[in-house]
Amino acid sequence: MNTSIISLLINSFWQILVPGLEITIPLTLISFFLGIIIAIFVALIQIADISVAKHIARFYIWIFRGTPLLVQLYIIFYGLPSLGVQLAAIPSAIIAFSLNVGAYTSETLRAAILSVPKGQLEAGYCAGLTFIQTMHRIILPQAFKVAFPPLFNSFISLVKDTSLAANITVLEMFMATQRIAARTYEPFALYCEVGAIYLLFCTVLTKVQIYGERKLNNEW
Amino acid sequence: MILKLENVHKKFGNTEILKGVGLEVNKGDVVTILGPSGSGKTTLLRIANFLEKADQGTLQFDDLHLQLGQVSKKQMRSVRMRTGFVFQNYNLFSNKTALENVIEGLITARNIPVKEAEIIGKTVLEKVGLASRYDFYPSQLSGGQQQRVGIARAMATEPEVIFLDEPTSALDPELIGEVLNVIKKLAIEGTTMVIVTHEINFAELVSNKVYFIENGVVLETGTPQDIFYNPKEKRTQQFLQRIRR
Repeated sequence: MNTSIISLLINSFWQILVPGLEITIPLTLISFFLGIIIAIFVALIQIADISVAKHIARFYIWIFRGTPLLVQLYIIFYGLPSLGVQLAAIPSAIIAFSLNVGAYTSETLRAAILSVPKGQLEAGYCAGLTFIQTMHRIILPQAFKVAFPPLFNSFISLVKDTSLAANITVLEMFMATQRIAARTYEPFALYCEVGAIYLLFCTVLTKVQIYGERKLNNEW
Repeated sequence: MILKLENVHKKFGNTEILKGVGLEVNKGDVVTILGPSGSGKTTLLRIANFLEKADQGTLQFDDLHLQLGQVSKKQMRSVRMRTGFVFQNYNLFSNKTALENVIEGLITARNIPVKEAEIIGKTVLEKVGLASRYDFYPSQLSGGQQQRVGIARAMATEPEVIFLDEPTSALDPELIGEVLNVIKKLAIEGTTMVIVTHEINFAELVSNKVYFIENGVVLETGTPQDIFYNPKEKRTQQFLQRIRR
């Protein structure tokens, strides 16, 4: 490897990392947070067996799991304006990512809730608790423990999936790399570099996951 | 009269589990429900606390008159707030300690301040002989201890009736005694209870009324003396013979 490539990698490192810290990470965190909130509602609606809402929930999951994330991004950013709904790139990306994550993780949560013995819900009712109270106090804390590793899977996937937002003009890490590559004609080195930065982010998250699991397993 | 069930019908799919069963409980009664497995006794108990939905029948709880097919969530809750339920498999909250299990109904459902609830919870746990186990999670307790927490949880809210669904069936034989002793203590104190059990010696000791249920109907009812020493129905006799052997 000649010295000019090494200096290019060093120079570009910050130019790639900064959009990573400023866009990729916040985009991931916000979208995942909103996605989880959607997922809790969608999972609970199905567990509570609310008739019409349940069908809407299944329909939503069907659509967002059954179509490519890239297509969802395009529809929201490029498609909706023709219906008169014009959204900036970042809000569009947040909407697409959180809806997509919500669809997948709602199934994770639903399975985790169902893994908690049903008798505890009945015991909650018998103690005078409502459905929501029992979910909040008894079932969801236990379900969360079960769901934690697969939720982290989704979280790590999302970190990388945010690179798709480059397609709808969001200047995140991958797009920043593309621009440098177009200017310097060093695609191999630069795309390896951005890959390594994604890997770095995900390595940190893996450590967080291990720490979190240990923490969760301490009690009961 | 505190609780009265009449003409209760329940089908699971095509199988008719209950075919018009009735049950009457007065204040201070300890009612035992006996019967072969599959006779519908557990289902009846679960219907009384709306854990199962009956197809037909009426439930009277104190001054509340309810049609079992159409009970609102609010009505269910108002009855549950005044009753306790002890499960065959304990069903303790796995994420809560013994004490937290016992006070959950007090703090969350009845808005009693935690400090106050903890005093009640500790008293009740002490009563079931678990004063040294407040901070233990269910996974750290034996079956007998878990069931005693289950009973403490049902007692803590001072219910007017406690339902016990085969409280010792899931226990190792050596652990049954400690749980029965706790229930006996409650009976002596005058707690109104409805117990589904196969422990007929115990039933004779604590209850004042016995229902014998078979194939979804009440075959015979009376005092323990009547049922255990002078059963009228042939089926009751056969059942007792088999269970005594």
